[in-house]
Amino acid sequence: MKKILSKTESLKATPHLYCPGCGHGIIHRLVAESIDELGLREKTIGIAPVGCAVFAYDYFNFDVSEAPHGRPPAVATGIKRVRPDKIVFTYQGDGDLAAIGTAETIHAANRGENITVIFVNNANYGMTGGQMAPTTLIGQKTATSPYGRDPKREGYPMKVCELLSSLEGVAYLERVSVSNPKNIISAKRAIKKAFQNQVDGKGFSLVEVLSQCPVDWGMTPQNSIKWVEDVFVKAFPLGVYKDKK
Amino acid sequence: MKKTLMKGNIALCEGAIAAGCKAYFGYPITPQNEVPAHMSKRMPELGLVFLQAESEVAAINMVLGASATGVRVMTSSSSPGVSLKQEGISYLVGCELPAVIVNVQRGGPGLGNISGSQADYFQATKGGGHGDYRMIVLAPSSVQDMYDHTMLAFDLADKYRTPVMLLADGVVGQMMEPLMLNKYIPAATGDRSWVLDGARGREPRSVKSLLMAEGALERHNLELRKKFDLIEANETRIETKNTDDAEIIIVAFGISARVAYSTMRALRAAGKKIGVARPVTLWPFPQKTISELAKPGRKFLVAEMNMGQMVEDVRLAVNGKCPVEFYGRPGGGLVNQEEMIERINKM
Repeated sequence: MKKILSKTESLKATPHLYCPGCGHGIIHRLVAESIDELGLREKTIGIAPVGCAVFAYDYFNFDVSEAPHGRPPAVATGIKRVRPDKIVFTYQGDGDLAAIGTAETIHAANRGENITVIFVNNANYGMTGGQMAPTTLIGQKTATSPYGRDPKREGYPMKVCELLSSLEGVAYLERVSVSNPKNIISAKRAIKKAFQNQVDGKGFSLVEVLSQCPVDWGMTPQNSIKWVEDVFVKAFPLGVYKDKK
Repeated sequence: MKKTLMKGNIALCEGAIAAGCKAYFGYPITPQNEVPAHMSKRMPELGLVFLQAESEVAAINMVLGASATGVRVMTSSSSPGVSLKQEGISYLVGCELPAVIVNVQRGGPGLGNISGSQADYFQATKGGGHGDYRMIVLAPSSVQDMYDHTMLAFDLADKYRTPVMLLADGVVGQMMEPLMLNKYIPAATGDRSWVLDGARGREPRSVKSLLMAEGALERHNLELRKKFDLIEANETRIETKNTDDAEIIIVAFGISARVAYSTMRALRAAGKKIGVARPVTLWPFPQKTISELAKPGRKFLVAEMNMGQMVEDVRLAVNGKCPVEFYGRPGGGLVNQEEMIERINKM
């Protein structure tokens, strides 16, 4: 009998605590598969954020460090600079990466740090109960934008790939989603490439993953997937934003 | 051993390099600019890491990352910048990561000025960041100390897996003095089973301070307390001079202790019985020695370049056994011998 599916070595057997229908489980799996396929598990050091993925070290089966909120790119810089032989990646949400950690993100990108960033954009602060994030859509209601995000009051959704694409230090930027099998396959290809780039010493690679958050969006899992495909991607178009040769 | 002339800020860099510091992350701020400037030249020369961070916040988190991989790492700043590092310091303690943090203090509060000051005693010794923690704080009072204490700071940080602060000031940082480039004697390597270097042939490791399980954080705090108790028992350092027959003991740290010593010499020459007690570690504070020095008929004068910070710890140690008076110059003002003598003559 031919073995067509096996346990992903880079994931522990620990059941994760993500909400039903959340995209994080899928994204963890894609990261773990990429690391396994590239044979990097034993030299990988991951950085967990503050936010939904704060317990990432309980799920990933390799070394992981904590970082204060928004600081994973700085922590990753510290690790990669002293241990350039290791594979270093951050796993961050929209609040961590695009609000409190904006400076760390932009400067790590601009320095062209040879790291991989997995940026999970679910248009709200999931862990703390669905507050407005920098990536919350115009009109979107959250725990702290109960009347809907009004650009006059709260500004516009922050488009991280577009923002970083002007920085010369950046090697690779792609926005993907995990809303259906086709998109998941595409997301896997992007994530694997972002790790391969680090192996090849290409510099800063970031994959922005649009992820569904049914519980905090107040939707069924099915409706949250529909929202990603009908609404979310309109504001955050999928695609490659930079691919330095 | 080589004798040379050096600026305090440069001496601390050379002390760090001698002690095997593998990486330095910092951000420009006066009066410690010589540190990043010197490190930016020396570290690459030696094949080591220098990086100018985008902020003090980023710098301390780069320190956290490098430390998690088990290398010796340092950052430096001055008062307003050290305020920004407090978040990271709290995480370093919580995650039990060693690091050396230098504060070449300037006047505050706020942006203050760029003169030497000792106004960050409270911040350094009472836990400037959040949570229930202690941090080893060394107070250099000479260029020689800047060199020696930096080496000691790395050893203590590794020994106890905790951040250590060198609480210097703009005067010690900027002044030039002769110093002996004492040879660094490597300390014994401690337990390395926490280091993140890739899970090759072993279980994965994590560095974290988040402990959500029932009672886990309380247990962690109790374990940290045991470590802090051990540090208090083993690492408390104080220098005393002419205290046996002293009627007045001047208690001062850092650059103020230098003024205390010269005041003592001048007054001893005039027949006055003056002694000096100079805490070298501000935490752990040399409570026991100060308490033992507090004898009936004796008086204490605490001299600091602030509005009265260490004096609170001295009063706690003296516990009402003798009068404790205070002479202080805040906001970048310098304590000086004339004022100190005048103050003592009124006691």
